[in-house]
Amino acid sequence: MDAAVTHAFEGGFAEPVLDAQATFRAVMDAMARPARIIEVAPRAAPPASLSPLVGAIACTLIDADTPMWLDPRLGESEAVRAWLSFHTGARLAAAPAEAAFALIADPGEMPPLDRFAQGTQEYPDRSATLILQLDSLEGGAPLTFHGPGIKGEATIAPVSLPADFVRQWTENTKRFPRGVDLILSAGEALACLPRSARLIEVEV
Amino acid sequence: MTAATYNFAYLDEQTKRMIRRAILKGIAIPGYQVPFASREMPMPYGWGTGGVQVTAAILGPDDVLKVIDQGADDTTNAVSIRKFFQRVAGIETTTNTADATIIQTRHRIPETPLQEGQVLVYQVPIPEPLRFLEPRETETRKMHALEEYGLMHVKLYEDIARNGHIATTYAYPVKVEGRYVMDPSPTPKFDNPKMHMSEALQLFGAGREKRIYALPPHTDVVSLDFEDHPFEVQRFDRPCALCGAEQVYLDEVVLDDRGGRMFVCSDSDHCETRQAEGFRGELAGEKLDASTSDRTEEVI
Repeated sequence: MDAAVTHAFEGGFAEPVLDAQATFRAVMDAMARPARIIEVAPRAAPPASLSPLVGAIACTLIDADTPMWLDPRLGESEAVRAWLSFHTGARLAAAPAEAAFALIADPGEMPPLDRFAQGTQEYPDRSATLILQLDSLEGGAPLTFHGPGIKGEATIAPVSLPADFVRQWTENTKRFPRGVDLILSAGEALACLPRSARLIEVEV
Repeated sequence: MTAATYNFAYLDEQTKRMIRRAILKGIAIPGYQVPFASREMPMPYGWGTGGVQVTAAILGPDDVLKVIDQGADDTTNAVSIRKFFQRVAGIETTTNTADATIIQTRHRIPETPLQEGQVLVYQVPIPEPLRFLEPRETETRKMHALEEYGLMHVKLYEDIARNGHIATTYAYPVKVEGRYVMDPSPTPKFDNPKMHMSEALQLFGAGREKRIYALPPHTDVVSLDFEDHPFEVQRFDRPCALCGAEQVYLDEVVLDDRGGRMFVCSDSDHCETRQAEGFRGELAGEKLDASTSDRTEEVI
């Protein structure tokens, strides 16, 4: 049997019920408190180019009901495709606009946010959630947000976002209630940017 | 003997994932009702199946659950839901608001201010605030999409025209972050101000109507009103008869067939905590002073 296929069976949740719950609560807390960094122990061990935390979030939220889109770095890895397919049962979306979830390992090169499903004015929930694998959530250009879930302001400084992220995110929040939601991850830390988080200030 | 075993927290994992995705979208779009594939639960609609499904989807083994029904921990609905989760999840339960990590509620918000890290789960019968004004889902959905809420203001205006004031006392509509008009579930309007800028995450589950919606912490929640008829909460002209608390929501309890009645805290935990701290109301049942009428003593 080919190595990629063998590996695909391993590295999932050891305790599927409890691991998924713990991972979900971290994501829910982060979504409810945008731009706040939350530490969470990744409970999955996916193949190399997929980070353990993104693998765990995928196992928690993605299943046969939710097409997923992989960015080229993840999509080119047969091991990653086989692992996600086995552990989530999700089918791959041919284009970003068709995906409920997008897994992105190379955020600097990701398609513009408006290429993903935005939902409709009647059903804004039919929109994509983007899970980004970043180098770090600290040390980049600071981004300051306000909005629901944020007491006053919240600042986060993720590294390796797209160069024109500020412009893209401002447009994303202007489309409210349509728009995409982001789950940013780096190592064992995650932070969320729901479409309701409005950018107020950028320092260079 | 081994009882039938269920998955942790009753629901299967695929159902939990579906509900969890709906919760995340609900949080990202505060006040918007996310459709979800509500399951049949081992209790009838109207008994909190929406709230139970939301609680089951977020609950973990370390959570401490409190369940209230009209503010009380000891009424049928609260007791059976608490027992349900004890049985299918083996989690710890409490009646103390401050000790709980998840509070499932039917129509009250506890008097004790909620803290960061707590989640309040509402059982919602009719999630659509416009439903009694416009029965067609296709139309109400369009009204939300276009932010067309004139009809709701007409309804409140008609209240004023007929009664001289806004007569809506529960399920009082709110506007969330200046965008979505939302039904706070049939909580008394007394509780509406507690939703505004709450420290806790608030999740709403409507089982029969298949909708989930959410208010993240620190979210702007404004009760609809008019400049010349500003929103006001109920006021009570006497304190709780058992613990003497003021500025809390009181239930009227009929005592006899001669018009005797008492007003007591609707939040049973708040009332018991205050009594344990030594606060006494006029009908607390001990050390009755001279001001207490003869008939009241007779009742006790």
